[in-house]
Amino acid sequence: MAERSFAREVEDLKLGEGDLFRGEGILAITKALLQSGVGYVGGYQGSPISHLMDVLADANDILDDLDVIFQSSASEATAGAMLSASVMYPVRGAVAWKSTVGTNVASDALSNLSSGGVTGGAMVIVGEDYGEGSSIMQERTHAFAMKSQMWLLDPRPDQACLVNLIEKGFELSEASNTPVMLQVRVRSCHMTGEFVCKDNKRPEFTLRDAMNAPKRDLDRIVLPPAAYEHEVEKIEKRWPAGVDFIRDNKLNEFFGPTGEDKKGKTGLIVVGGMYNSTIRALQFLGLCDAYGNSQLPIYVMNVAYPTIPSEVEEFCEGLESVLVVEEGQPEYIEQSINTLVARKKRPVTVHGKDYLPMGGDYTAAVLTEGLTRFLEDHEPQQLGNRAPVPDPVPILTNPVVERLKDVVPPRPPGLCTGCPERPIFAAMKLVFEEHGEHHVSADIGCHLFSILPPFNIGATTMGYGLGPASAAAFNVPGAKRSISIMGDGGFWHNGLTSGIGNAVFNKHDGVFVIVENYYSSATGGQDILSSRAFNKRRQTNNPITDAVRGVGAKWVRQIDHTYDVNQMRDVLTEALTTDAEGPKIIIASSECMLNKQRRVKPQVAKAIKSGERTIKEKFGVDEDVCTGDHACIRLSGCPSLSVKELDDPLRDDPVASIDSTCVACGNCGEVADAAVLCPSFFRAEVTHNPTGWDKFRNRMSGSVINYLQNRREKRAVSFEG
Amino acid sequence: MKDDTVNLGLKAAGPATERPISIAIVAMGGQGGGVLTGWIVSLAESQGWVAQSTSVPGVAQRTGATIYYVEMMRSSDSGEKPILAQMPTPGDVDVVIASEYMEAGRSILRGIVTPDRTTLIASSHRALSTIEKMAPGEGIADSGAVDEAIGVVAQQEIVFDMNDMAVRNGSVISSAMFGSLAASGTLPFDREAYYEVIRRSGKGVDASIRTFDAAFTRTEQGEESVEAEAVDQPDAPAPLPERLSDKRADALLSRIRAELPEQAHQTAFLGVQKVVDFQDADYGSEYLDLLRDLTAKDAAAGGAENGFEFTATAAKYLANAMAYDDVIRVARLKTRSTRRDRVAVEVGLKDGQILNTTEFMHPRMEEITSTLPVGLANWLIGRKGLYDWLDRRINKGRRVRTYSLRWFLPLHFVGAMKGSRRKSLRHQTEVTHRDAWLTDATDALKQNYDLGVVILSFRRLIKGYSDTHVRGLSKFDKVLSTTKSIAAREDAADWGRRLLTSAIKDAAGDELDGTIKTIESFS
Repeated sequence: MAERSFAREVEDLKLGEGDLFRGEGILAITKALLQSGVGYVGGYQGSPISHLMDVLADANDILDDLDVIFQSSASEATAGAMLSASVMYPVRGAVAWKSTVGTNVASDALSNLSSGGVTGGAMVIVGEDYGEGSSIMQERTHAFAMKSQMWLLDPRPDQACLVNLIEKGFELSEASNTPVMLQVRVRSCHMTGEFVCKDNKRPEFTLRDAMNAPKRDLDRIVLPPAAYEHEVEKIEKRWPAGVDFIRDNKLNEFFGPTGEDKKGKTGLIVVGGMYNSTIRALQFLGLCDAYGNSQLPIYVMNVAYPTIPSEVEEFCEGLESVLVVEEGQPEYIEQSINTLVARKKRPVTVHGKDYLPMGGDYTAAVLTEGLTRFLEDHEPQQLGNRAPVPDPVPILTNPVVERLKDVVPPRPPGLCTGCPERPIFAAMKLVFEEHGEHHVSADIGCHLFSILPPFNIGATTMGYGLGPASAAAFNVPGAKRSISIMGDGGFWHNGLTSGIGNAVFNKHDGVFVIVENYYSSATGGQDILSSRAFNKRRQTNNPITDAVRGVGAKWVRQIDHTYDVNQMRDVLTEALTTDAEGPKIIIASSECMLNKQRRVKPQVAKAIKSGERTIKEKFGVDEDVCTGDHACIRLSGCPSLSVKELDDPLRDDPVASIDSTCVACGNCGEVADAAVLCPSFFRAEVTHNPTGWDKFRNRMSGSVINYLQNRREKRAVSFEG
Repeated sequence: MKDDTVNLGLKAAGPATERPISIAIVAMGGQGGGVLTGWIVSLAESQGWVAQSTSVPGVAQRTGATIYYVEMMRSSDSGEKPILAQMPTPGDVDVVIASEYMEAGRSILRGIVTPDRTTLIASSHRALSTIEKMAPGEGIADSGAVDEAIGVVAQQEIVFDMNDMAVRNGSVISSAMFGSLAASGTLPFDREAYYEVIRRSGKGVDASIRTFDAAFTRTEQGEESVEAEAVDQPDAPAPLPERLSDKRADALLSRIRAELPEQAHQTAFLGVQKVVDFQDADYGSEYLDLLRDLTAKDAAAGGAENGFEFTATAAKYLANAMAYDDVIRVARLKTRSTRRDRVAVEVGLKDGQILNTTEFMHPRMEEITSTLPVGLANWLIGRKGLYDWLDRRINKGRRVRTYSLRWFLPLHFVGAMKGSRRKSLRHQTEVTHRDAWLTDATDALKQNYDLGVVILSFRRLIKGYSDTHVRGLSKFDKVLSTTKSIAAREDAADWGRRLLTSAIKDAAGDELDGTIKTIESFS
């Protein structure tokens, strides 16, 4: 069960010709795929594309009705390879993933796919996770498109443009026998907007048709000599076909003055995704209105690769200087246009990263600054009387605001309230206190938050499912054992072979912790092979223990309740100290609390309402027992465990306090016990709809307790008036 | 000279030269910023405007700071749609809505709150960050700095505790923020249009509208009445009561009046209550005896000119030192009736429901032994075999069900061991430590009044149980011995204070060690 349900939104996917669609980018993408008549879709979750996978899963019935096959791919490599269905058959397919990380994983398949070429339209939708809000290394997908020769679509942030480009993208793919990529940026995936729909299309040629009449063609298989011919074909046939299609169908756009009206000396070449910010920057400079009517000519490259020579030439005609606006580095498009202009010896100079920053977000503010400098040098009169642009500098340099820099604390993302991974790291911290620090290889997933305070655990992260693999070198007998961490998502993605299989084969002496929380949690709670839930479309409940034993692991420990910090600590200690040979594998399992709460909360509410005996739990801190040292917080960092100031002049430091968002996971109490911290924590248990026996027992003990309490309190010295 | 500037050929009037209305919502992931964003977009669309929102999905925002962004504008007269940006531009944002006070501060640092155009709607409540909570003492960021900055940067400010208002009205903070947005007058939409959006959302509609209305009214009225302001001010100490009906208490009260300087009265009154609660009236007398002696030394060292700060400080920390944390105290606190009442309120216990609590206790042989009379305790410690054998039986985590007789009775009994507490090993240790500390403070007092006061305040470092307590003691020792080593310096008190601050802020002790190194370099 995914973290977010799109059950209501997917109804909009049924909209027909002429209807107005209103909603988020990921839904618009899905609708566009259905309007294009895709025969199959697949992909692997990961921000910002996770919710696209959730939309597809929630839309499975609609997909069934249209004869569209949907697969939750095991990895991006699987998804990439899946596109091979379009090699021999005229069936359209689309897969999606987070990029560049997912593209890295898929690139072997993509290289092979691109070499042989496709018959049916094949599209990869990549969530370009670049800039603010990104969770990965800062790289461009553009490089992959170039090296494998896949056309790269980068639509303007406008849903009508996005939808059109997906539809046209399939045609382009077929016209040029080349797979295409469509990239959407972080803030475009969930951007709301609207477009006018078409009817959904059933695939003209289905996978069933293909399977019942299989075809093969040796020329399409990547083996010499075919591979050499592919290269020639790419250059001589597919490239020109692609360029022609893009030009003929006007996938790129021209804005601002054209023809007779084009009198200025400068122009902008803008990659599609940068269009809105560029328009805002021009608006600040008084060169454009809010509706995009620009004073400067603008060539918008909705196709970021390849460059269309005739269009560039046409645009540069009469201009002295153009500025290329593309985010990230290297400046592939600027280089490409420079090459083109140089070869044709056109009298125009090409600028780009000499006025705009090499790296980082191209925000409206950044572009305003770059455009100003560009125009000052090449066409200053365009800047007119220089209306003031938004300028926060006077405010930011105000001493009162500068002082805030030292006050506002950083707030990075972290583990949720009640997260079952928290006690694993609390236990690890306790083990380190006793046995010293160990080298820890971290992995991608929620568990990576261990690198931040309060845990500060983990030295490197090398990629999804590669935590154990990145500890491979640390296989030195007698040294302090290395610990590596991997989630269940990463385990099934590739970690079983790249990490565990590798460790077994090489007789690695380290400790391997597999954090299992029943879902691919970091990406939004998608089901995976070892998920415990029943899923009518997938086979779940395949234990990780079986898998690791299957590849030959001998020392395997399964923890079924990670919140038992004592047990967690003991098993870690055992793994670090045992004489057993080979990898020491700990599978630490408890359900992701975010998902568990979504599952259980309605059940509990229903039970209470129907009069069933139900116990609701919450943790608390006795504020007069707590001494305000906060050792508990340094071993937990739970969002619901906070501190509060006391109204007692005798006490200086705030005490621990648990707010109403507590989900009673028990971590704080367990940590207090395991670390022998203090007796401040308690779990309050409220019995709803108690039985007669409950009430009787409560009355009996209550009367004794009241008697004892009264007796003691009556004897006490009273300071009441 | 020829004027070759180009003027934009726009229609003179109309919205074309204007920019869209921009709204940034700064929040923590999972705090409902998405709901509010959705509402604002629906609101604009329902009024025929074009609206666009963006957000960052997924793990990148789990509980971390995040930003949602909305732009809205009408289509042009000829039906052209506006081009809307995906990120706020510093200096160009009309409304910033912050769901937490430090996030309001962060938005100011991003430059998106500027005096020429920004209305800042911020909830004044705090959700503390991990860094703030981790400090082994006071580590909470100073909200005053945000107050001050808001005064400088916002064109219009709407600041109050929206979270509290929402909770009181049975809703969530997004409803309150929506109400304040409506009342702020920054959007050209009727109040009814806002209601319509909430109604269409379908969930918890009544509570949302109640909260919306409360926030709307509060925003219109502007500054809240004085009561809310007063919360931030530390309570003025209540004057001492004339007399107390309990004779034992009254006798102690009279002693405070008769023997202590007025400046220490309030604290000493609280202190005496604390130690009497901890032990008994005799112990209260002992507290006052000690304070009386300290007062004499204070006076001799020029206390009158210093407002008897030494005595007042001693009244506070001596009470804390005397009411140390032992198992007897914990057992008594856990079993008293007021504790159960407090928990009942905390969990919102209703009639017909049954409350129980489970304590997470982990007693060790050390705690048990130290509660025993000195002779017996030392005898036990001397028999290592027996001691370890007992420790193996005692030293483990226990889940104590407080209100079951099986556990309540033993707890009650441990509480009753108070009678023999003053003969216990723990008490002996505490008294020795306390006396040494007071001697150090009074010795310093003679040379350097300030230093005496500072040494008293070092007591703040001793807290917690078991290992935490040991760490606290070791920090106390470090801070005290370092301070004593430079006692002859005029600025010794300043350095003492600096050492104390380092020790409180930093759990690992690196900062403290750094400060100590600096001091060692003096010699």
